[in-house]
Amino acid sequence: MSLDKSAVRTIADLARIRVPEEDLDHLAGELSNILTFIEQLSEVDTDGVAPMSSVAAVGLPLRADSVTDGGQADAVLANAPDKAEGFFSVPKVVE
Amino acid sequence: MGYLLQGETGDWEVVIGLEVHAQVTSKSKLFSGAPTLFGGEPNDQVSFVDAGFPGMLPVLNGYCVEQAVRTGLGLNAQINLTSVFARKNYFYADLPQGYQISQYELPIVGEGVLTIDMPDGQTKHIGIERLHLEQDAGKSLHDQHPTKSYIDLNRSGVALMEIVSKPDLRSPEEAGLYIAKLRSILRYLGTCDGNMQEGSLRCDANVSVRPKGSTELRTRCEIKNVNSIKFVQMAIEFEARRHIEIYESGGTIRQETRLFDSVKVETRSMRSKEMAHDYRYFPDPDLLPLVLDPKMVETIKAGLPELPDDKKQRFTVEYGLSPYDAGVLVAEKASAEFFETVAKGRDHKLASNWVSGDFFAALNASGKTIEDPPVSAKNLGELIDLISDGTLSGRLAKDVFALMVGTDKSASILVEEKGLRQVTDTGAIEAAIDQVLAANPDKVAEVMAGKDKLMGWFVGQVMKSTQGKANPAMLNELLAKRFQK
Repeated sequence: MSLDKSAVRTIADLARIRVPEEDLDHLAGELSNILTFIEQLSEVDTDGVAPMSSVAAVGLPLRADSVTDGGQADAVLANAPDKAEGFFSVPKVVE
Repeated sequence: MGYLLQGETGDWEVVIGLEVHAQVTSKSKLFSGAPTLFGGEPNDQVSFVDAGFPGMLPVLNGYCVEQAVRTGLGLNAQINLTSVFARKNYFYADLPQGYQISQYELPIVGEGVLTIDMPDGQTKHIGIERLHLEQDAGKSLHDQHPTKSYIDLNRSGVALMEIVSKPDLRSPEEAGLYIAKLRSILRYLGTCDGNMQEGSLRCDANVSVRPKGSTELRTRCEIKNVNSIKFVQMAIEFEARRHIEIYESGGTIRQETRLFDSVKVETRSMRSKEMAHDYRYFPDPDLLPLVLDPKMVETIKAGLPELPDDKKQRFTVEYGLSPYDAGVLVAEKASAEFFETVAKGRDHKLASNWVSGDFFAALNASGKTIEDPPVSAKNLGELIDLISDGTLSGRLAKDVFALMVGTDKSASILVEEKGLRQVTDTGAIEAAIDQVLAANPDKVAEVMAGKDKLMGWFVGQVMKSTQGKANPAMLNELLAKRFQK
């Protein structure tokens, strides 16, 4: 499978990564190589084999429904580039 | 044929599917131990997991899983013993992880059915496509600052059940009945409080139209986040008319996400969501598949309460109520319980009329809840006893009821205090009649001359002179006898 330039542009856009136009061709080649490498896995016959979700035969651990966290607004906001009145503050996004 | 919209080229049918987001009733969030209370200081109910801090791992809340299973069983739906959490990727300021943990290919609940009660007494089955668990996002406030949006993550990570219907709804009315019924079932089950104002229940509507008689499914538009039943209905009607207009002028509908403006009563394209349909779902590597113990499902099933449909059926059989009356009483579990307390050992029809009539009116007017009623079930029951034993006429009972509202006084005490006992003494009523007749000889003559309509006036006058206490049946009878002479 190979990716073309416009697919790479879309992927970068969805991931909010700014990629200069002149880098797109090169990235398309690199990403295509990665996909081709991974595609070797499809050579293995997996008919009738259940998908493996974990290397260890353990179940999903569950938590009890009790309040054990929160009450730390200062810590939550500590690394915010911008904050105001207890809120994260971001450039205006309006519909 | 049901609901049709008239276009220039003919009649159009509306096809609607609803996605309801119901907040799971739980103390803590779906994947963290932060609280879920509504309101609160901004960002005070946030764990590092909810804020998407690096290295934090989600741990699933077992109670939320049980709540989803309980809801699925209440919707007569298939429970999937294995389900998988997936990441739904999109970029938005109130989504700190950059993805929402949801379920995609393998939801916890599969197909089910919900029955809506049409006003004509008919029922209609609406298919449920699926129910899955997912995280809520944070809240953006756009009106606090001229150039900034403020983000509160208190809601981030709260457990939601997304309940998706099949495109089986055919009118705004059916959509409204579906939401009301779903809300009723969720509240019976105790899995969602159904509070639309606080956003515990939100609705997206998928709307398309097709010419009458056609069975095709045309391109649909999704109207996002409508927060009242009335607005959902208005949004659907507007959207359907917009589609018809476009088709009839030779245009085509583009699949898109739209937003309902309740002030202008219109839907508008949400441009920011245009790219967002590519969510790049994949199984969340932080979470193993969720495998349920069939015994756990059985235990929940055995503990389900009697649900609205069954209760309604029982009320029609046990109390002899019409499906409509029963439907009104069972919409809320607490109302149904209130009715059953009032009706116990009393005339069922009388109890139903009083609960659905004067009591519900007083409840609405007082702004109170059924849990803290303006008149207790015990006191209302006693009032009905006084009607049944002849102490009060229906009319006097209404007066006594009005006095009871907001007090804890029993009907019998009020009757004694205010002297509201019905007059059933023939002599006393006749004396009152005599007085009225003697005072109005001209009107008596008119009745004697055949003007029967005046009889009502006489009844009114005698009632007035007895402060409404004369037994109405006896009064009518005695008055009629008097004029026969």
